[in-house]
Amino acid sequence: MSGNPPGTLAAAWLIARKDLAIEFRSRTAFLSALVFAVLALCIFYFAWDESIIAPADRAPGVLWVVVAFSGLLGLQRSFSIEEHDRGIDALLVAPTSRESIYLGKAIGNFVFLCAVQAVTLPALVLFYNLSVGEPLLGVAAIMVLATIGIVAVGTLFSAMAVNTRMAELLLPMVSLPFFVPVLLNAAQATTRILGGRPAAEAWPWLRIIIAFDIVFVVACTMAFPYTLEE
Amino acid sequence: MTAAPPVAAPSAATPAAPRAVFDWFFALAGLGVVAIYVRAIYFTPIEATQGAAQKIYYLHVPAALAAYIAVSLTALMSIVYLWLHDERADRLADASAEVGLVFLTVVLATGPLWGHKIWGAWWAWWDMRLTLTLFLWFVVAAYLVVRGAVEDAAMRARFSAVLGILGALLIPFIHLSVYLFQARLHPMPIVLKPGEPSLPGEMLTTFLLAFLAFAVLCLAFIGVRYRVGVLRDLAAEAIA
Amino acid sequence: MLSTSGSLVVEASGLCRTFGRRRAVDGVDLSLVAGESLALFGPNGAGKTTLLKLIAGLLAPTSGTVCVMGRALRSESSSRASIGLISHQSMLYRALTSLENVEFAARLYGLESPRAAAMTALDRMRVADRARTPVRALSRGLQQRVAIARSIVHQPALLLLDEPYTGLDAAGAAALTDMLRDVRRAHATLVLVTHNVDEGLAVASRAAIMLDGRFARQDDCAALDASAYRAAYRSMIVGETPPPEWTMPVSA
Repeated sequence: MSGNPPGTLAAAWLIARKDLAIEFRSRTAFLSALVFAVLALCIFYFAWDESIIAPADRAPGVLWVVVAFSGLLGLQRSFSIEEHDRGIDALLVAPTSRESIYLGKAIGNFVFLCAVQAVTLPALVLFYNLSVGEPLLGVAAIMVLATIGIVAVGTLFSAMAVNTRMAELLLPMVSLPFFVPVLLNAAQATTRILGGRPAAEAWPWLRIIIAFDIVFVVACTMAFPYTLEE
Repeated sequence: MTAAPPVAAPSAATPAAPRAVFDWFFALAGLGVVAIYVRAIYFTPIEATQGAAQKIYYLHVPAALAAYIAVSLTALMSIVYLWLHDERADRLADASAEVGLVFLTVVLATGPLWGHKIWGAWWAWWDMRLTLTLFLWFVVAAYLVVRGAVEDAAMRARFSAVLGILGALLIPFIHLSVYLFQARLHPMPIVLKPGEPSLPGEMLTTFLLAFLAFAVLCLAFIGVRYRVGVLRDLAAEAIA
Repeated sequence: MLSTSGSLVVEASGLCRTFGRRRAVDGVDLSLVAGESLALFGPNGAGKTTLLKLIAGLLAPTSGTVCVMGRALRSESSSRASIGLISHQSMLYRALTSLENVEFAARLYGLESPRAAAMTALDRMRVADRARTPVRALSRGLQQRVAIARSIVHQPALLLLDEPYTGLDAAGAAALTDMLRDVRRAHATLVLVTHNVDEGLAVASRAAIMLDGRFARQDDCAALDASAYRAAYRSMIVGETPPPEWTMPVSA
């Protein structure tokens, strides 16, 4: 039977949908990441005396630390499901390019992380008594941009980590240095936006995030085939 | 300062290990460093404002240079490995990374010691070199941990090479981000320009000689560590 | 897409693959034309699974070449559309149902009606009644049937099977044998790795025994006496001396 194998992006989308379907079945990783994120927000709240530092002032820093670590929880699972029964071999034998496997996994992770953040941000507003308004849209936009970068490197490293001992410990150790430019710039931009500063002030920070996203999505897509068994 | 220990006679299965020879290069490097410190401590004038504490400078900055040499070599060898698949490139990248980590640690240890004496603060976030060195330390540490966690030699070499190249791509972004962060408060020169005030003759000479001594020491260490890597690979092959 | 009869489907020349110092495949030459089916026997560790993975493009050769339909599968993804692989692991996603697993494969291969094709494949392996069951809830034998269904949904011209009968009960084994007969009738090419000489000879046109990474002998099945072959093979595996006519090298 002749078929018309889908192109790179179409195949990537198929793989992403498959991953999201699997995640949706059990929702374990999603709920764990969610509970972790909200709990961490609360714990951080109690780390400071609110008469010394206003909650609204600590909110940006707390948000990005929580995003980073809850993101790691989500990234862990993306290749472990392929390792279980070697589903990855079926993908490699099919007419899908290596690049589309990486992109598919990354897109799946991106949706996962955004879903967690979609609850984290309102929780932040709730617990830190932030005012609801236009600045929050700006923060959401920063979150989307930053998540692209986090997912780009995180997906690649989770593909590597699944082949190693101590995968769960290795992934944070390798990924976090790479998250630093994203987190630093995102936190600074978020501080400006939530502080009511004009958007133009956040732009120099956002520019670096966008550059990071472009460079690392390309670099990690090219690096991905090297992480597969040869 | 001794050379690699002598090894057992080669059996039929394993190729002959490298002959044990006295490592002249390493001995020279060691002597060079000792000579530099004698000069720095006894024969170089004490700096006016900072006092004797300034002398740690002859350790801190050259160690940074040695670290950058080693780490650049790792990044370069990562590219070479992915291009040529030569295991010697991988071994050299590994040796350079370990040596680089040692020198990075020296920079991070001496930085606060110096900083506390002259600025009263343990960690100077606005010191670009120090901050970059810190993040470089994390990346190199991650590189070595990944190497330790992968058993298959070919996979280990591939993963390390990927990490080496991505790490090299990361550094400019960290530099940019931290620079932007502190540029608002403390405009400071970038890491490549020597940020310290220009040194008078004697001190400049000592400084440049220290650079040379540390560069040589770095290469000597990498050479020794490379040979250890060769022996290690031979031992692993013999067991397999 | 089935290749025309007489054309070379699998061509391996001097194929070698080493893992560290271990030579898993040590100089294999193989030519299979369309419609041929090769039964590959051999003890554990002989290199059969590695050979299959090399043909499928999952592993790169250390030296030598292997082509499927004239193309190197590792570099050209589109040419992989006509091969199917059944390996030791099921390659299924346990959280998804049988139908979802096979349909996902059908979509990856770009089939026109993925769901219908998936149901057909499940039906051929007589596991269509478990279409909506998550794979996790199926027994080992039923999982194996779903795995086989997944690998044939796109009707591959070259089917690589690594001990596919493992875990199958009598009904599953019968379904598999029927499927393989249909595949042969449709002029597809098979490489079947198995320990069961009878099962292998029932389906194959050629038989080969692999020892220490290379082919110890290759035979045309039409010229074989099944029981003699079985006995001699068994003694070869167990380590006894096989009958004298066995040690004669046989060309492909």
